[in-house]
Amino acid sequence: MKIRLDKIVKTFDTFRAVHGVSLDIGSGELVALLGPSGSGKTTILRMVAGLEYPDEGAIFFGEENATDIEVRHRGVGFVFQHYALFPHMTIGENIAFGMKVSKTRRSAAEIADRVADLLRLVQLDGLKDRFPAQISGGQRQRVALARALAVDPKVLLLDEPFGALDANVRRDLRRWLRKIHEELGITTLFVTHDQAEALDLADRVVILDKGRIVQTGTPEEVCRAPENAFVMNFLGDANRLKATVTAGRASVNEVLFDATGVPDGAAELFFRPADVIWREDGAGIPAVLLRVIDRPDSKRILAVTADGQHVEFDTAPEFPFRPQSRGTLEILRPKVFAAAF
Amino acid sequence: MARRILPGLPLSLGITLVYVAVIVVLPLGALIFKAASLGPADYWTIVSSDRAVASYRVTLLCAAAATAFNLVFGMALAWVIVRYRFPGRRFVDALVDLPFALPTAVAGIALTTLFASNGWFGGALSALGIKVAYTPIGIIIAMAFTSLPFIVRTVQPVLEELDGALEEAAQTLGASDGEIFRRVLLPQLLPAILAGLSLSFARSLGEFGAIIFIAGNQPYETEITALLAFIRLEEYDYPASAAIASIMLLAAFLMLAVTNILQTRALRYTVKG
Amino acid sequence: MTDGRTMTKATPGSKPGHRRPARIGEKPIFRNSLIAIVLVLVLFVIVAPLAIIGVQAFSKGAAFFAKSIADRDTAHAIWMTALTALIAVPVNTVFGVAAAWAITKFDFPGRRLLLVVIEIPFSVSPIVAGVAYLFVYGLQGLFGAALQSVDMKILFALPGIVLASLFVTAPFVARELIPLMQAQGRDLEEAATSLGASGWRTFFSVTLPNIKWALLYGIILCNARVMGEFGAVSVVSGNIRGQTNTLPLHIELLYHDYNAVGAFAAASILASLAIVTLIAKVALERRGAGRVRRPALAGPSLAGSAPKTSKAGISTP
Repeated sequence: MKIRLDKIVKTFDTFRAVHGVSLDIGSGELVALLGPSGSGKTTILRMVAGLEYPDEGAIFFGEENATDIEVRHRGVGFVFQHYALFPHMTIGENIAFGMKVSKTRRSAAEIADRVADLLRLVQLDGLKDRFPAQISGGQRQRVALARALAVDPKVLLLDEPFGALDANVRRDLRRWLRKIHEELGITTLFVTHDQAEALDLADRVVILDKGRIVQTGTPEEVCRAPENAFVMNFLGDANRLKATVTAGRASVNEVLFDATGVPDGAAELFFRPADVIWREDGAGIPAVLLRVIDRPDSKRILAVTADGQHVEFDTAPEFPFRPQSRGTLEILRPKVFAAAF
Repeated sequence: MARRILPGLPLSLGITLVYVAVIVVLPLGALIFKAASLGPADYWTIVSSDRAVASYRVTLLCAAAATAFNLVFGMALAWVIVRYRFPGRRFVDALVDLPFALPTAVAGIALTTLFASNGWFGGALSALGIKVAYTPIGIIIAMAFTSLPFIVRTVQPVLEELDGALEEAAQTLGASDGEIFRRVLLPQLLPAILAGLSLSFARSLGEFGAIIFIAGNQPYETEITALLAFIRLEEYDYPASAAIASIMLLAAFLMLAVTNILQTRALRYTVKG
Repeated sequence: MTDGRTMTKATPGSKPGHRRPARIGEKPIFRNSLIAIVLVLVLFVIVAPLAIIGVQAFSKGAAFFAKSIADRDTAHAIWMTALTALIAVPVNTVFGVAAAWAITKFDFPGRRLLLVVIEIPFSVSPIVAGVAYLFVYGLQGLFGAALQSVDMKILFALPGIVLASLFVTAPFVARELIPLMQAQGRDLEEAATSLGASGWRTFFSVTLPNIKWALLYGIILCNARVMGEFGAVSVVSGNIRGQTNTLPLHIELLYHDYNAVGAFAAASILASLAIVTLIAKVALERRGAGRVRRPALAGPSLAGSAPKTSKAGISTP
């Protein structure tokens, strides 16, 4: 099922949560809505589900305008951030709930078979008669997914699906969700504030800031070609140096960088801590080393440029760090964006 | 027992135990002692006399009817106060406690006057051929009034705390409003409803002040058990009074036990395994 | 309660038309009908009894009302009621604080049983309480003979009325304080003690400021019940006009003397007290009192209302 969002707007009281967002999601695609809190990502997800209604704009499921269809008739599977399992029902009853209340009558045996299948799919055979309070967080997560899948949804929507879990459980579940998605091929949209999760799991990442889409693309596209400073910063650690652009060239400490398409005037140069080569002498931005932070797989060096701007970069663990040693920074894969005011 | 860090245990516990012993346990013990000193045969004769049994029937049936009314009205009231915003909501919320704040004798004369055949409601009702004052319906009304806040006040906080995501989840799974209320909300409200029901019922069983004005107090017809215990006392028939009061005490303890069992059962799913 | 306006007003912030939030029971027709039914019932069941007290009290004019209130026996009943409250409320306050301190600040065997026993008066009919006291202090009672030999009168006198009132209202202060103090834990008191404060000092400067609104709440409810108690007191008072009649008993007397207006005039005093109590209750609830409900009396009682409900935070205004 294809989903299309057409210029949707949502305002809560006086706070505008979503500013005219348009988005196309292909059939069978797994898309992440990535952004900090308050970026409007959950509101968008809830509007797709029908749990909120947009003030303006339209939502299409395939060719059908679904904007005004009530949530209970929309045919979406929704996995809530804290799972929202019915506490008074067993795992089996939770999964069967959607089938029991469905207009299409199913026999008890049919429902039981389907519940057993789903429990097998989410690898929870044998937990059918437990109550949600009696299983672990990761297990609850999978029950919530099984329950959402039980109604054969056209679209699967997940709100911060791994937010409440421990780091290693989270990583396992991510891989497992990817596998399930490949098996079932349901169009899936999920919300996360964790860029590693979005990059690990999604076919395509939609990055949001303050209710607007700031970039859409495959994990490779958004990582390799961030379109603006927000994306650059949000996806990982980034250094930022003041620069001046004249005629497509950005100058930092008299070192020139390519800045094609950036308007003349104040700008900023961004680069990742891993994209720095330190030399005792040679071409580059002159700097002085200040301090070292040891990490299991590298050393993070803190330095200051000749004009007083701070820079962090990563080196091999063998790096011979000496405080106050002078040298130059060669910057690989620099990105120049017009300065934000 | 862990090492005591804070001071004041002997004093505070001493006060508490002495007070509870003198004020609560001693009189109830004396009552049970008095009733027990009757001997089984005499005791049984008193508590199974026709008039006593008739009073149990009146009390139980009226309390059940009053509790049923309060279940429906109390649930509706709690729902409206918690879920909807409308002008006067806070005022209604505050008014719910009036039956607890208003002395029962005052409630008794007010309800009697309202439902007397020349009263505001009694007039209209008698035109329809319904007589309230001095009938069991009057008892039901007095009981319902005095125990009204229980269901509201037990259900209200639980309703406020319900996780809205459960309702949303049920909707995404295609359930209708009725199904969600029945299958998702009601089971979670059940322990609170049971608590409210039993408090309301217990209060109705023991209510006296509000009822005696409106009931008519005819033996076998509109005489509640509490009144019978009182009448026996006025007749200086102390053993009979003690026996009947002990039955009421027993009923109260039974209600406490039943409430606990029902609540524990209704909450069994919250027990971690 | 302007029903007309209520009916047309939508939830604030919700959009008109089809856009209803994803909660159940929000269909306008359902919502508005339910609100209307409930408001009408509130009018009939709660407001009407209150209104008729005022209407009846003044049905023979303000002068008659004043005369009724000023009547010697009525005045004496008011005095008896006030005196009873002046004794019973402080006593139960001290008990409530002591019980809450013992139960929430210490672990000792039988703690849960004690909680249950403290709450017993709530489940016992006032008539049973009255009868029970008769068998302690009455002529037929445990101490009857002894009391008579020293010529001490407890029943059919003020002490009996006070004792019966103490029984009926014993749990009021304790049950407001216990869940709150349980939720607040022992950290503050332990910190104060470790800094060298004495027990009393700890109580007055650390504990009391955190429970003052809940304490006041309990006191106010206790007072309302003491002043309004009828059943238990009517058993033990002897109903002697002008001597052992409290206000509720006096109302009964007047009512059965076919002086309904006099009865309602007296009742209007208690009704006013009830209204003041309700107002005070709402005011204290805004300060956070009365929010933590019932202690873990019955094991896991009301879902989620166990002591963990610490949103009770008694906040100073």
